[in-house]
Amino acid sequence: MTKVKTQSLQKKGSDLAQSNKQLEILSNGIFQNGELPTFKAKISETSQFPLKAKKLEILQINVGYMCNQVCDHCHVDAGPDRKEIMTRDTMRLCLDVIKNSGAHTLDLTGGAPEMNPDFRWFVEEAAKVGIKDFIVRSNLTIIRANKKYYDLPEFFKKHNVHVVSSMPHWTKGKTDKQRGDGVFAKSIKALQELNAVGYGMPDSDLKLDLVYNPSGAFLPGDQAAMEKDFKKALMEDFNIQFHNLFAITNLPIARFLDFLIASENYEDYMYQLVDAYNPAAVENVMCTNTLSISWDGYLFDCDFNQMLELPVNSKSKHISEFNEELLEGRNIVISQHCYGCTAGAGSSCQGVVA
Amino acid sequence: MSKTYYDPADLRKFSKITEWSEELGNKFFEYYGKVFEEGALTAREKSLIALAVAHTEQCPYCIDAYTKDTLQRGVTKDEMMEAIHVGAAIKSGATLVHGVQMMNKVNKLDG
Repeated sequence: MTKVKTQSLQKKGSDLAQSNKQLEILSNGIFQNGELPTFKAKISETSQFPLKAKKLEILQINVGYMCNQVCDHCHVDAGPDRKEIMTRDTMRLCLDVIKNSGAHTLDLTGGAPEMNPDFRWFVEEAAKVGIKDFIVRSNLTIIRANKKYYDLPEFFKKHNVHVVSSMPHWTKGKTDKQRGDGVFAKSIKALQELNAVGYGMPDSDLKLDLVYNPSGAFLPGDQAAMEKDFKKALMEDFNIQFHNLFAITNLPIARFLDFLIASENYEDYMYQLVDAYNPAAVENVMCTNTLSISWDGYLFDCDFNQMLELPVNSKSKHISEFNEELLEGRNIVISQHCYGCTAGAGSSCQGVVA
Repeated sequence: MSKTYYDPADLRKFSKITEWSEELGNKFFEYYGKVFEEGALTAREKSLIALAVAHTEQCPYCIDAYTKDTLQRGVTKDEMMEAIHVGAAIKSGATLVHGVQMMNKVNKLDG
């Protein structure tokens, strides 16, 4: 049975809305008593500590935590009640960085980035810079949420935006369980509309990729096999096409951490992550070539560290004082949530890494 | 000492069986890994077969392991339950088909 999902942890006043509380849980218990090695100890085994930032390739900008959905496992704790929204002034600072940095990919995320009132202005301005890969992470349902969003597929097409969308399963039951009642039907409709303007078609330059993350306390299966199953089912059932599927591991923070603890799956899940640890994935983990920028302009090694309020270990801490040279080679800030990106074939916003 | 025969945490220690017989243990795990590789059957199909067999064997470790494994492969609850019914049908069929032996014996002994 699905349920209506309405409130973020922050709105509910949950302890786990506090990042320090989350970090405390991740540092105590099985990691404090030595039952499991800390992430630092684990990467030290293969002399990979400290993890160092390489050349910047991806700028990921979180334009706000407001979202039309309240998904079970959201690491942002996003929802309609979140008011953190990037201002146009901060966007202007971001545009300066986009113009001058060596990054080849710009990745806009949220919340639902489309809900930021300056979203379209920002996309128009950013598209003029001519960055190689311009991603917008769209939750799909936003396209069907209100008339004012109905033209988003055309808008994305006009600016040659690469659309990356969450789709937890090819069936209604599993999708609505994780993302809320009615999400599956709206997502299918939105995908059909994206297909109709050319997104996701086999020879189309209009890239449409899907993101799969598990609906519960288990790791994602093989990305290639999942992609095959998704493609077959979505084509047979709904005549929908897309390019690639990214299988992403749920990191034990925010609402997913809340779920793990409430369902008494936390320890078992951490065992799964540690057992599946893959040193080869550490080599290419996304924080080494990505910078995450928060709605208020602060810099983080990744979107997860942003939510845990773990700022970059560099003198360049804010977009207003962005210094690519200072940031390159910085030590990445780590905790036990990092095991989520190094399990199995690894996990990043672009799927597997090893 | 545990007061129950089964401890879920023991599943994590499965690989330790090699400590008391390294060669046989390693050969078993090598064989096991090979069996579940993608072949004429997909890894997903093999996982569903394993789930059904886990139930007919009534192995709690295997049930835990292959419930998780099938979920990881995107298998739905409907598919999982159907697979278990296949196992249950074979189990009950295997019981009932012996009824023919019973009938044969009755006919021989009692006309």
